[in-house]
Amino acid sequence: MTDRPSGPDQALAVAVRAEAGAIVASLARLVGDFDVAEEAVQDAVVEALRNWRAKGIPDRPGAWLQLAARRNALDRLRRQQRHLKVLERLREDVPGDELDDADERVALVFACCHPALPADARLPLTLRAVLGLTTAQIARAFLVSEATLAQRIVRAKRKIVDKGIALTVPAPEDRAARLDDVLTVTYLVYNEAYVSSSGTGDDRDLADDAIWLAGVLATAMPDEPETLGLLALLRLQHARRPARFGGDGVLVLLRDQDRSLWDRSAIGSADGLLERAAGLRRPGRFQLQAAIAACHASSPTWEATDWLQILTLYDLLLRHDRSAVVRLNRGVALGKVRGAEVALEYVDGLAPDLAGYHLFHAIRADLLHTLGRVDEAHEANRRALDLTSNAAERNLLLSRLR
Amino acid sequence: MKYVLMFTDNPELDARLAPGAGEETYKEIFAWFEDHDRAGHFAGSGAELQPVTTATTVRAGDDGERVVVDGPFAESKEVVGGFTIIDVPDLDAAIAMARTWPPLKHPGHSVEIRPIVEHGE
Repeated sequence: MTDRPSGPDQALAVAVRAEAGAIVASLARLVGDFDVAEEAVQDAVVEALRNWRAKGIPDRPGAWLQLAARRNALDRLRRQQRHLKVLERLREDVPGDELDDADERVALVFACCHPALPADARLPLTLRAVLGLTTAQIARAFLVSEATLAQRIVRAKRKIVDKGIALTVPAPEDRAARLDDVLTVTYLVYNEAYVSSSGTGDDRDLADDAIWLAGVLATAMPDEPETLGLLALLRLQHARRPARFGGDGVLVLLRDQDRSLWDRSAIGSADGLLERAAGLRRPGRFQLQAAIAACHASSPTWEATDWLQILTLYDLLLRHDRSAVVRLNRGVALGKVRGAEVALEYVDGLAPDLAGYHLFHAIRADLLHTLGRVDEAHEANRRALDLTSNAAERNLLLSRLR
Repeated sequence: MKYVLMFTDNPELDARLAPGAGEETYKEIFAWFEDHDRAGHFAGSGAELQPVTTATTVRAGDDGERVVVDGPFAESKEVVGGFTIIDVPDLDAAIAMARTWPPLKHPGHSVEIRPIVEHGE
């Protein structure tokens, strides 16, 4: 969404995204307590929201946030009557002008996505600690109550402290396995924005946040091809965003999109990233997904798509990611290359894993329709409709049923 | 930071190991302890426990009385076989140590990592 109003809220969103993670990480190192640091930054964000609306945007938003966070950390420690040495350090250590600590942010992401944390806490914790979203914003994006979410975040933060999870980037030999967790969470941030149009309010666009974070990771670890792959994938998906919704707010499927609306410069930069990644000769699931997206992006029409190449890429992708959704998407390419009958048999084989997933039924409906089995197609569309609560997707399915 | 590493195994699966596999693993365990001792990772003594058949459990009964029963505290196929106390910089270091625990090459083994409560910090 490029037509957001500019103003204090947007300035805050940009400043918070750029600075919050680095401030949390450096403050945590200083006070030796991740929980105190994270709460202090969170409070600073909430203060900024009020203060900037009332008094305008400060000259140096990042420095404002850093100072406010420090003051809050000081207050918290004072209230707790401990860490006297730390209090001295906080008073002496005057904040510098600029925070340029990509490494600090990256270390913080690794901590928030640590496999020793519950899987359902990693994403919200990353949004809060690294990207500086407030609990209220995250709760709105996930459609859960603020209390539930706050509790999940508090528990996860306690685990970071109690388990002794370090705020450091893992050593190279451990990095590959841990990196996948980090990239997955980053991808989920984008996905959350992509499927939900609910948004966070307050001018936070999770899609921008995700792309920004993927960029930080790719810059910090340019020799890890999967970081480049993820950034390419997100840019490619984002490039199609202007074409995803029709004027009436109805979801437009890839095949029906007006490809002249796609962002060509974003697609070009993604292609460049993929080439660099390929040069490192370590394929992975994000690079392969990006390669599939790039294949679509370079095709002038849905009909002219190089389906054989896409099917080949899906076969490679399955070596890295055996998830049911990847197998389902392979079914679409299979239908184009070897016909709807072969594809339907393959897709039907996925029913045990995917019977509760609306797109499974939507893709079946499509294949049945191609085969002229109209009644069964109608029934499959109906099942798909029953299984989705997303308004845009419901509208699309309803239009098919009419 | 101090952690206890608790080594658990599944006696049923262990009984199915090839003859000689146990002795070989024991040698590797000794080497593992020597390596980490040299690296200064141990913060106290640990223990290898007698088989779970020797376990006795005292638990709280329904009326507050103490009930003594034969067997381990949890009805589970996996049982604690031993433990050791380590002092390493952070959880990742503890995980790295646990990863190299030699019996993990056999099915049913696991290592639980628990931070120790440190009073009066």
